[in-house]
Amino acid sequence: MIYDHLIAPFVEFAFMRRALVGTFALALGAGPVGVFLMLRRMSLVGDAMAHAILPGAAIGFLLSGLSLFAMTTGGLIAGFVIALGAGVVARATELKEDASLAAFFLISLAVGVTIVSLKGNNVDLLHFLFGTVLALDDPTLLLIAGITTLSLLTLAVIYRPLVLECVDPGFLRSVSRAGAPAHIVFLALVVMNLVGGFHALGTLLAVGVMMLPAVIARFWTRDITAMILIAIVSGAISGYAGLLLSFHTGAPSGPAIILVAGVLYAGSVLFGTTGGVLRQLFPGRHLEA
Amino acid sequence: MLKRIALAVLLVALATPALAQEKLKVVATCSILADLVKNVGGERVAVAALIGPNGDAHVYQPTPSDAKTLSEAKLVFANGLGFEGWMGRLVQASGTKAPTVVATKGVKPRKKDESGHSETDPHAWQSVANARIYVANIRDGLVAADPAGKAAYEANASAYLAQLDALDAEVKDAIAKIPADRRRIITTHDAFGYFAAAYGMAFIAPQGVSTEAEVSARDVAKIITQIRKQKIPAVFLENVTDRRLLERIGAESGARVGGTLYSDALTDGKGEAPTYLDMMRHNVKQLASALSS
Repeated sequence: MIYDHLIAPFVEFAFMRRALVGTFALALGAGPVGVFLMLRRMSLVGDAMAHAILPGAAIGFLLSGLSLFAMTTGGLIAGFVIALGAGVVARATELKEDASLAAFFLISLAVGVTIVSLKGNNVDLLHFLFGTVLALDDPTLLLIAGITTLSLLTLAVIYRPLVLECVDPGFLRSVSRAGAPAHIVFLALVVMNLVGGFHALGTLLAVGVMMLPAVIARFWTRDITAMILIAIVSGAISGYAGLLLSFHTGAPSGPAIILVAGVLYAGSVLFGTTGGVLRQLFPGRHLEA
Repeated sequence: MLKRIALAVLLVALATPALAQEKLKVVATCSILADLVKNVGGERVAVAALIGPNGDAHVYQPTPSDAKTLSEAKLVFANGLGFEGWMGRLVQASGTKAPTVVATKGVKPRKKDESGHSETDPHAWQSVANARIYVANIRDGLVAADPAGKAAYEANASAYLAQLDALDAEVKDAIAKIPADRRRIITTHDAFGYFAAAYGMAFIAPQGVSTEAEVSARDVAKIITQIRKQKIPAVFLENVTDRRLLERIGAESGARVGGTLYSDALTDGKGEAPTYLDMMRHNVKQLASALSS
């Protein structure tokens, strides 16, 4: 009974196994990136970057159809250009980084939608926005796995400056010049993970698998390492449970995954041990002393 | 002498725009309809299609230039049967005075009875017999709008009807060559109901009648189970939906992945199906080669 509902779908169907592997890989790569985005109060930057990727992917699509390579390259280039452009404008002018990013991503989104429609037809924009986690073929899986590997390795290298910049940027600046390069590399990681997620979940929901696990983790611990682990695990749980939800109820799979993450988030808001609602209403015994 | 040449040039200059204006400006909603209108209208008609080649009618958004095209048209051809849900509003918004000819008038509509849907299937042109009705309606519409061209329209229509007859025979012949137990395929977009009914093929779709629906894991699992159980020999792709999903289904179920079938949009001139006749021939050829064991 339990086996039939929870495990059999993955044993019987290879596409379910692939989707599961894909979402696990995404959770593994995007989770830690999401945690750092959140700690640096850049939670909405992921969303902006996801929209910024659209025109690149659209140009790739125009040039060579639903080609993995073209769309990925296009998305990466567009993402990097927007990230760097926003950074340059922020440093060279009075405008703050969030404001210039907002300007860049809105322009980029408009360009993307225009390009997609200008092809003279209405080829499903929804495929860009929502992707298909059920149609992961070998190259796409390898791409996602590759991005995850690369981003974990890179995070390991820039971990120290990154953590320091989260907690004490002034101190970091006084002892090292690694802050700015680390920041740029980190933005590149954000773009890469979004492009990977975009193939499975589309540009809109790729951010979900990055940010929701991170904010869930925030409710359970103050320790960065633990937070990263919790983010990865809750991302993986969302992927697994979301696919099952889609399998049993017929809900579209991408949104189902993010919805499960949403339920986990709601649970964490209520019951989280670090700043959860119930915890604040009924503080633990140890506070009474 | 010089004067006479100048006069001739002037006359030609005056006559050319007049000639150009003689062309009857008409609008067809989709590329297939536009092709049929072009064949019946011939030289006398300038056709514009709202949804161009390779466009997906199910996600079409009217643009201001479409409204402009409509407002300049003398006649509008629509497929009807719910294919153009946006048509009424667009016609109203454009303020066009052109009458709308519904090309499927007289076609026996098919209901989509699968999975509780009772929507009408608009893809009536997938049966050549229905295309004959389209042509007759288009001819009558053009004659009513431009009585002076009656003879030309009737001649064009009967010539094209003869081509359709040949096509119909060709399709029947090709399907007859496929073994009866292999006349079943799976395709992404349930647009071949009329084809199935007319020529005795079974088309099974993993999605509903509209490309708007997101696919769920349950749908994909169902379709794979179905292919395995019923030993369906081939799975086909279509020009408007995600190719990777069908390849996955094909790989997992052991069905052969066929080429592209064109259902509700023609390709551009460089493509495999720039006209209605080409589209039907292409589809039948694809079916025959994938199913012929």
